[in-house]
Amino acid sequence: MTTLDAKVPAGPIQDKWTNHRFDMKLVNPANKRKYEIIIIGTGLAGASAAATLGELGYNVKVFTYHDSPRRAHSIAAQGGINAAKNYTNDGDSIYRLFYDTVKGGDYRSREANVYRLAEVSNEIIDQCTAQGVPFAREYGGLLDNRSFGGAQVSRTFYARGQTGQQLLLGAYQALARQVSLGNVKLFNRSEMLEVVLHEGRAVGVVVRDLINGEISSHSAHAVVLATGGYCNVFFLSTMAMACNTTAIWRAHRKGAFFANPSYTQIHPTCIPVHDEFQSKLTLMSESLRNDGRIWVPIDPDDTRAANDIPESERDYYLERIYPSFGNLAPRDVSSRAAMRMIDENRGVGPLKNGVYLDFSDAINRLGKDVIEARYGNLFEMYERITDEDPYDVPMRIYPAPHYSMGGLWVDYNLMTNVPGLYAIGEANFSDHGANRLGASALMQGLADGYFVLPYTIADYLADWLNVKPVPTDHEVFKEAEQEVDGRLKQLLSINGTRTVDSFHRELGKIMIEYCGLARSKPGLEKALAEIPALRDEFWKNVRVTGTEDNYNSELQKAGRVADFFELAELMCRDALEREESCGGHFRVEHQTEEGEAKRDDVDQAHVSAWEWKGFNVPQAHHKEPLEFENVALAQRSYK
Amino acid sequence: MDLTLKVWRQDGPGKPGEFREYEAKGISPDSSFLEMLDVVNERLVEAGDVPIEFDHDCREGICGTCGVMINGHPHGDQKGTATCQLHMRKFNDGDRIVIEPWRATGMPVMRDLIVDRSPLDRIIEAGGYISVNTGGAPDANLIPVPKPAAESSMDAAACIGCAACIAACPNSAGQLFTSAKLAHLNLLPQGQPERYARTIAMVETMEEFFGSCTNHGECEEACPKSISIDNIALMNRDYIVAKFKDRRKAGQR
Ligand SMILES: Cc1cc2nc3c(=O)[nH]c(=O)nc-3n(C[C@H](O)[C@H](O)[C@H](O)COP(=O)(O)OP(=O)(O)OC[C@H]3O[C@@H](n4cnc5c(N)ncnc54)[C@H](O)[C@@H]3O)c2cc1C
Ligand code: SF4
Ligand code: FES
Repeated sequence: MTTLDAKVPAGPIQDKWTNHRFDMKLVNPANKRKYEIIIIGTGLAGASAAATLGELGYNVKVFTYHDSPRRAHSIAAQGGINAAKNYTNDGDSIYRLFYDTVKGGDYRSREANVYRLAEVSNEIIDQCTAQGVPFAREYGGLLDNRSFGGAQVSRTFYARGQTGQQLLLGAYQALARQVSLGNVKLFNRSEMLEVVLHEGRAVGVVVRDLINGEISSHSAHAVVLATGGYCNVFFLSTMAMACNTTAIWRAHRKGAFFANPSYTQIHPTCIPVHDEFQSKLTLMSESLRNDGRIWVPIDPDDTRAANDIPESERDYYLERIYPSFGNLAPRDVSSRAAMRMIDENRGVGPLKNGVYLDFSDAINRLGKDVIEARYGNLFEMYERITDEDPYDVPMRIYPAPHYSMGGLWVDYNLMTNVPGLYAIGEANFSDHGANRLGASALMQGLADGYFVLPYTIADYLADWLNVKPVPTDHEVFKEAEQEVDGRLKQLLSINGTRTVDSFHRELGKIMIEYCGLARSKPGLEKALAEIPALRDEFWKNVRVTGTEDNYNSELQKAGRVADFFELAELMCRDALEREESCGGHFRVEHQTEEGEAKRDDVDQAHVSAWEWKGFNVPQAHHKEPLEFENVALAQRSYK
Repeated sequence: MDLTLKVWRQDGPGKPGEFREYEAKGISPDSSFLEMLDVVNERLVEAGDVPIEFDHDCREGICGTCGVMINGHPHGDQKGTATCQLHMRKFNDGDRIVIEPWRATGMPVMRDLIVDRSPLDRIIEAGGYISVNTGGAPDANLIPVPKPAAESSMDAAACIGCAACIAACPNSAGQLFTSAKLAHLNLLPQGQPERYARTIAMVETMEEFFGSCTNHGECEEACPKSISIDNIALMNRDYIVAKFKDRRKAGQR
């Protein structure tokens, strides 16, 4: 086991980033043209990075498996983006945003990174506004804010229920401008299937053209992974169907450490599962908790319709247990509270697997128009799926996998332990510790892409001036291409009896049961026995039809699910070895008398970073100790 | 419920295609249209066949990836609904459903129900942005935007780029998509400096790929985000103004 060095600059927290920017090496404008940079992913992180690096004059190649950069899953983010503007004059500051985020992450994030995030948050809002992102406005024409969980100030900027869409379109349009200027080359419908290393550094990637199956290599001075989150390991999640772990898992297999894989977030407000054929879960934004009240009937046997249950027979449990944060308690806390209600058999709906989110008070107080203006598209989305009108009957919601705090380990410069390989956005483990606060992912993705990576990457590139990228006919590329091709051929040749989805569904069930909201030693050990068995069956019995040289969605899925198996195993191992409860990681063995998460700050105040050692060989466990010099460690209380 | 599907199958770009029939039995009325296709596909794979390829991702009507013609209607005939949001409860047991890809010369079929929509990216690349480099933007509240302008801009910005408007149009015109982006940017104070240059560049790029608008209004009808056809009027007005504003340039054409 080695202790990892995050290369956090010295000095007081508020000066670290400023000093670091001064200390880092620069690449002069004329020399930028001599560098090639590959970016995988065009979500908020990838698109903003590609646009900014293109503007600076680098030669950028950007890849996405979507037909257009605008389809990245960032498009689906609903509620908003945080910034420490203090436009509402309610006492916000960079320090408070930093403090709330460290506390919200249950003291398992790196202080210096979080401070930098809070610091650049204001620039993000300025940048996006200048780009024409149509944020919500007050009547006077200034920007409006709303509240999100885990904060007692209103600091969330939003564009109706489509904030992610508008921010992504802003970044996509900035990217489109660089494409038209020739600074960025865009490869759509291209899936990255391997990272290529030469003498220990990242020098390129192997990608597959999804339309004709062609496999090609691309080389560069640096490779940036901005490939999003991996919650689809649970099969059902709020993530888009194609979200997967392949890019970061391939990098992991090439030596990049995977940090805190078990830190996954279960979001409290999703539409409950209705049947076996369901393909995905739909989020109802946390912003709804600004105006919706969460409750269940007091009597578990109450079978009346929601509107027939009188006030006195309802349990507004979040308001009762957490009076100061109420319905805006953070996600991990709210999800576990909902689970307790459902475990007490007080769940609602036909499968008794939901709780109510009720807008009747807000509608009475503010009028239907106001609620419609705030959340119209969410209400409509809910109605389409459930066939119920939330203006008349309360929504039914349920916790569901939503965000992966874990990801590739990166240092303060967002570089993985593999030189030249960077990870940004949800793909890295960075800033959210063990639990992400609402409206912080959009902030982080854009911070990484617009304001952090463009500086830090120069510090690495400066040393490679006038060194040409490794040519793509070099044997390292040829070997990687053969590996990719061999794997695809293997998947096609198994010709077993079970579909990819049937395996994925079964894996998801194991993961949600044993590595979901509540985890226990016996459960995790069971999962660690079941996952490899299922994986072995997959490699013997999966059936993938079609061919390699054509558009083949089954083949795409098969490759992704194969990687999910390996990730799932590591998640369970990480969860098993983290002998504490923190944020989204709740070990039933470690809880307070009231059932809240109980951390162990003596033995567990570290990042776990795992090193690949070979197929079916346990990963090596490395640690990055976390030091808290600015925020005092305390048991989180939202009471 | 039991259904019969008549689906367009095509092996690749430029290859011949044909309709094929599939039985979809025992479909849950609570499943979505795409979940119904998932079930059919899983059965096809089990039988050793190649599944029906279609584009999709978010499955909540926001990414714009999905979209097929359902009984001749883009995204089906429920108003303001993307294909992925359509639920089987809107169909009847025993229905026969015809499923085809978008049809337009500018968007060739890549495989089965998948088409090439990259011309939409080309239209955005032509000018669908505000030219500001990262860094150096003024404080966001230094640019007040009247609430009605912000709201109308947002109405237009809600376009998901699915191309149903083009598929719906008898002329395969790209006006609704293009005008939605123009309205988003041209209605905002930040969009003014490039307003007319943007309009000319985007309209002319659009015309390279798509047909001309003869005011059928099918686009608005088909749009899953109910983008208003008024945006087209605004675009036409700005285009004419742009041409008059720069007579010298207009004369050169
Ligand atoms: C329903 C929902 C609502 C949310 N709401 C909010 C919110 O209100 N506020 C907030 O702050 N956060 C929210 N989040 C979280 C936030 O949206 C995401 O964390 C964030 O957008 C991730 O951005 P990204 O750029 O890292 O990745 P993504 O947007 O997921 O982009 C990943 C990109 O990588 C590409 N890619 C991946 N793998 C490969 C590969 N192998 N080859 C080629 N390309 C690849 C994809 O094509 C895509 O372009 C929400 C998340 C969900 C699921
Ligand atoms: S205008 Fe409507 S139909 Fe056309 S691309 Fe946009 S959302 Fe789709
Ligand atoms: S799948 Fe995203 S809009 Fe339909």
